Amino acid sequence: MSQDPIIALRGVKKRFGALEVLRGIDLTVDQGVSSVVMGGSGSGKSVLIKHIVGLLKPDAGQVWVKGKRVDTLEGDALDEVRLSIGYLFQSGALFDSMSVFENLEFFLERHTRFSKAEREERIMEHLSMVGLPEKRDHRPAELSGGQKKRIALARALVLEPDIILYDEPTTGLDPVSVRSVSELIVRLREDLGVTSVAITHDLLCAEIIADEVHFLFEGRVLASGTLEDVRHAQEPALREFFGST
Amino acid sequence: MALSPVQEFFADFGELCRYMGRFFARFWRRPFEGRELLRQMDEVGSKSFLLTSVTGLAIGVVLAMQSRGTLVRFGAEAVLPSMLALSVIKEIGPVITSLVLAGRLGAGMAAEIGSMRVTEQIDALEVAALKPFHFLIVTRTLACMIMFPILTMWTDSVALIGGYAESYLASGMDYRIFISTAFETIRISDVIVDTGKTSVFGFLVGMVSCYLGFTVRGGTREVGRAAMRAVVGASLLILLTDVVIVRLSIMIFGDVGT
Repeated sequence: MSQDPIIALRGVKKRFGALEVLRGIDLTVDQGVSSVVMGGSGSGKSVLIKHIVGLLKPDAGQVWVKGKRVDTLEGDALDEVRLSIGYLFQSGALFDSMSVFENLEFFLERHTRFSKAEREERIMEHLSMVGLPEKRDHRPAELSGGQKKRIALARALVLEPDIILYDEPTTGLDPVSVRSVSELIVRLREDLGVTSVAITHDLLCAEIIADEVHFLFEGRVLASGTLEDVRHAQEPALREFFGST
Repeated sequence: MALSPVQEFFADFGELCRYMGRFFARFWRRPFEGRELLRQMDEVGSKSFLLTSVTGLAIGVVLAMQSRGTLVRFGAEAVLPSMLALSVIKEIGPVITSLVLAGRLGAGMAAEIGSMRVTEQIDALEVAALKPFHFLIVTRTLACMIMFPILTMWTDSVALIGGYAESYLASGMDYRIFISTAFETIRISDVIVDTGKTSVFGFLVGMVSCYLGFTVRGGTREVGRAAMRAVVGASLLILLTDVVIVRLSIMIFGDVGT
């Protein structure tokens, strides 16, 4: 690949007290690629994705996003990088004191100079994209798990970021919702051309969305490649993981 | 390694002081969350209105009933309005109002922000460059600092009305005599300092509660613990700070009657 990767983690280490979660992660993601990070519980997937957006700082190593070293940035410089990243949280993380519409409007109000009509148009466009325009006046507590994920996805995309990070996008959903959320992620990538990193242990989701897979085991990247490559690798940890999913 | 309760207390206190420093370094800087500040003022003010009204009425009526017997025994019933006003405006009104508000708001704010932490809503604000410290902590603390003195003045007023009502029912006291006697020993500096100190109490309630909610780690059990610690911590700080403020105010303005 001639161009620099849009996301690069180089030798990233992270420890919480006595627990060494990341033991030297080297991982790159090229522009426009849908990358999936897989691994069992406690393998460090969530910790890894939080480094990309600067929610956690590494103890050692470097985190690069769009040519900027995120782990050394602070304040407005960090915010500037963050605004080019959409983040879908595992729980959705919708603001429960606001309606669905207000959740999206909150982002637009603070980061754009749109008029009220322009904001409304953008919000309805994104709610339609995730198939839930009729939920605009609902509160998050009135939505199902799958609907919350979809609305959270619309919110993550409303500022039209270049990169989107998915933290367990299908956890807690029934198989039908897993498929529909995963297909929605693929459609968004095709329509908007965003680069994405998803962490998941859901094989069905990975099958639908992954261009490439990185498998994490005990804080290191054990294998990278297409899902088929990783799935058929001979490493015992991989055979155990894919045999059990 | 787990910290002992004493170590945990000092670690928390140190971190709380750091948050207070951050508040003063940032509250006057952009972004100004004016709409959220108004919403929080409404939350603090209008939703505590009934509570502070009942508190004020109870203070006034009970204080008048309990003091009357003693004053009558010494033939000093006439000073009842004055004693009532001094007690209410200088100490009981500000401290009881602040303690009641610490109970109502401290637990609520710590639980709300703590829930936002465990459901990743604070992280969502962070990654969307929405400055959660400003949006959640600065607005709530400022709202408390503004609304505590206003609610205290209201509580004081209701307490005096309650005290007058008791006096009227017990001895048929004329309201003009009550008012003129009540305010003859009160100085303007008493009203300003003793009502104004509740702004400091509001700051403490806001900071302690928001800090404990903001730093919740773990699950919902920790949210409940943060709410409980917010009430206890804010109440203790109110009482301790009151001692310091009263001492300072006597040093600067002298005692009543001096």
